[in-house]
Amino acid sequence: MNFVQNFPAVSILLCLFAGIISSGLKKKAARFVNTVLISIVGFLSLCTLIYVMGTGESFVYVMGMFPAPWGNEIRAGVLEAFTALFFCIIMLLSLAGGRKKLADEVEEGKTFLYYVLMDLLLASLLALVYTNDLFTAYVFVEINTIAACGLIMIRQNGRTIEAAARYMIMSLLGSGLLLMGLCMLYDLTGHLLMSNIKEQIKWVYVSGQYRIPLLVTIALLSVGLAIKSALFPFHAWLPDAYGYSTVSSAAILSSLVSKGYIFLLIKIIYRVVGFEIFYESRIVDVLFVFGLMGMIFGSISAIRENDVRRMIAFSSVAQIGYIYMGIGMGTQAGMEASIFHIFSHAATKSLLFIGAIGLTDVSGGSRQFIELTGSAYRNKWAGVTFTVGSLSMVGVPLFSGFISKLLFAQAAVQNDVKMLPALIILGISTILNAIYFMKTVIRIYTPVEERKYESITFKDMKLYVATLACFIILNVVLGVSSQPIADIIGQGLAMFS
Amino acid sequence: MSKLKPQEEYEKTKAFRFFRWLSGSKDPYVGEVEMQPQKETEVPETTILERMFEHRMVRNKVYDVKNNKKLTFFHKLYVAAAIFFCIALTALLLETVSYLPRTGNAGNPDNNVVSKRYIEHGLQETGALNIVTGMILTYRAFDTFGETNVLFIATCCVMILLMLDEAILKEKEEKDDRRFEPRDDAILQGTAFVLCPFIFIFGIYVILNGQLSPGGGFSGGAILGAGLILYTSAFGFKKTQRFFNELVYKIAKITALCMYGIIGSYFYITGANGIENHIPLGIPGHILSGGIILPIDICVGIEVACTMYAFYALFRRGGL
Repeated sequence: MNFVQNFPAVSILLCLFAGIISSGLKKKAARFVNTVLISIVGFLSLCTLIYVMGTGESFVYVMGMFPAPWGNEIRAGVLEAFTALFFCIIMLLSLAGGRKKLADEVEEGKTFLYYVLMDLLLASLLALVYTNDLFTAYVFVEINTIAACGLIMIRQNGRTIEAAARYMIMSLLGSGLLLMGLCMLYDLTGHLLMSNIKEQIKWVYVSGQYRIPLLVTIALLSVGLAIKSALFPFHAWLPDAYGYSTVSSAAILSSLVSKGYIFLLIKIIYRVVGFEIFYESRIVDVLFVFGLMGMIFGSISAIRENDVRRMIAFSSVAQIGYIYMGIGMGTQAGMEASIFHIFSHAATKSLLFIGAIGLTDVSGGSRQFIELTGSAYRNKWAGVTFTVGSLSMVGVPLFSGFISKLLFAQAAVQNDVKMLPALIILGISTILNAIYFMKTVIRIYTPVEERKYESITFKDMKLYVATLACFIILNVVLGVSSQPIADIIGQGLAMFS
Repeated sequence: MSKLKPQEEYEKTKAFRFFRWLSGSKDPYVGEVEMQPQKETEVPETTILERMFEHRMVRNKVYDVKNNKKLTFFHKLYVAAAIFFCIALTALLLETVSYLPRTGNAGNPDNNVVSKRYIEHGLQETGALNIVTGMILTYRAFDTFGETNVLFIATCCVMILLMLDEAILKEKEEKDDRRFEPRDDAILQGTAFVLCPFIFIFGIYVILNGQLSPGGGFSGGAILGAGLILYTSAFGFKKTQRFFNELVYKIAKITALCMYGIIGSYFYITGANGIENHIPLGIPGHILSGGIILPIDICVGIEVACTMYAFYALFRRGGL
């Protein structure tokens, strides 16, 4: 066995160790441990990625002395390793961008807990990405949920407590449905390991014995994960949770936590249920319709919003809708577009949250549009970043959003039934996106006569500007050299089955 | 003939107090134990009126119930939709269950190679008489490590919500802590004095016998935690802090989890790389058997006890 094959398991364990040790450290030490941890895990994921691309096939890693189906297993392919690497980059940048702000937002004595939660969140995300066992996935879904609640409420004011309570109720409902689905799946197949379940399900499906329980199971798994990732009718918790929590939390929740669940859903579709059976169940059509509705209603809510952070949060609803629309097309191309959009949205949304905080900070901390007028002149770097993010979200070429929209459109054209609704809604949603993002960009670049607020200089925020530069580069890289990434996605999906 | 004691000396003996208690001439608790009658929480009428007024104002002004027919409609719709959703989901799940394989049938899909190996080879491979402990701590050790971390992160979240600063903690020390309960309750203290040692010993017994009998780290830890809580509620935080303060808590928790992590990592990595595992399994049935199960059980037990006590202390006082 190659030495590199240990890396996925080691990175999950490292995260757990770091979280445990950080709980006894002071604020600065915990922050240092967290930064080092994310860098190391990113490096390990990069090594894994290079190794897997070299060998051209995924590998299975047995956690312990006992092989599957008796023991636990994790599995790494191209897509898993790339996702882990990408998550690490986004997490590192989001934390760096919100670092200065964190001192105002979180009590001094509780800052170390913030980093403990981050370490464990990273562990759970990695486990969701790498796992080959459904029960392991459920255990880490629990860790993910609790960590996300903690990240919302660590900024203690009434709004965040309410948001955390809402998030917890919705998220636990999702976990409950997911757990019920897993129980039924175990009852039908007698396994918890993904590959074994898939074999059994094929057999059950051919025999035609348990058609109805199988259908309900697939529905429960999909709906559970859809609630947790804020698909349209279940998005009520999202605007408050993203709008009022600390800025790093908002960036990480929107770009990583919800994406972890979607990644798990894609894994379940390919590695547990099987793409054909999932497609036959017609659940895809439900996901497709709700995705389309999310694209429209999320954007409309964002247009009506008068608070810039909540506007970005509502935009997430629309973008999650895009991802589910892609999954709902039920084709390979649609799935590839969805996965690309997971990456592109993660890169853009965290950039927007981090950029928006720079703008609100030079507007007296107010997030209302009227106060934001001309803020791009007061903080030039944040202004540029926000503009880049907006252009990317709208889908202007050169940026990552354009590629994902292109991929969605291409996928839609290949599907004759769903082509028309998908293309029309894609068009409408793009126009709506343009309305609210361009409205904001124009407002922040409208000069004001009276100088109400102070400008900010480069000296005060070196780390912040460096983070913004990294974000922009990441976005442009995704937009310009999209072909290698699309290849990785295609290769990874091929390894799934 | 026995010597007659002078009255003063006789009043000091236990016999005197016993006969006094027997005849009912003096209640042993009066004057000894601080006793307060339970007060009914009184709410002055003005506050009630104020609250009602506020409530009405919120309804009328903020929601504008009279004119805002849409909102009233939506409120009703939400309730109706919630009830409908619950009934529909329950019906759907009940209907589905009737299609699932019947419990206890030998031909069910879950009676397969997985459970067969656990039952038939579990003893040889894990060295544990208790198959359940053997399964969760060796076959599926990674899941259980994750589960222990769930407890850990739950404590972190409760700390975020309830932990107070040192300064505030000192200020409100014992202030509103025991509202209706007597200080140094003799009955509670007497009971705790007798019970606590047994509870601790029983908890340790359950933890150490995890591989031999029902129980293990999670249940044993819960018993230990309950013992700690009983001790604290009887003797107060000051006495508990002499042996279990924040520093001890942190050291115990971090050491236990790290030990678990190290043992677990050794197990996973040697297992995956095909390196021989040097932890002896021992003779099944002996207390030192079961390979990694016993040390992991001890770690889990400490972590669970710490979590239970931390929850209690945070909810009651806002600090450890």
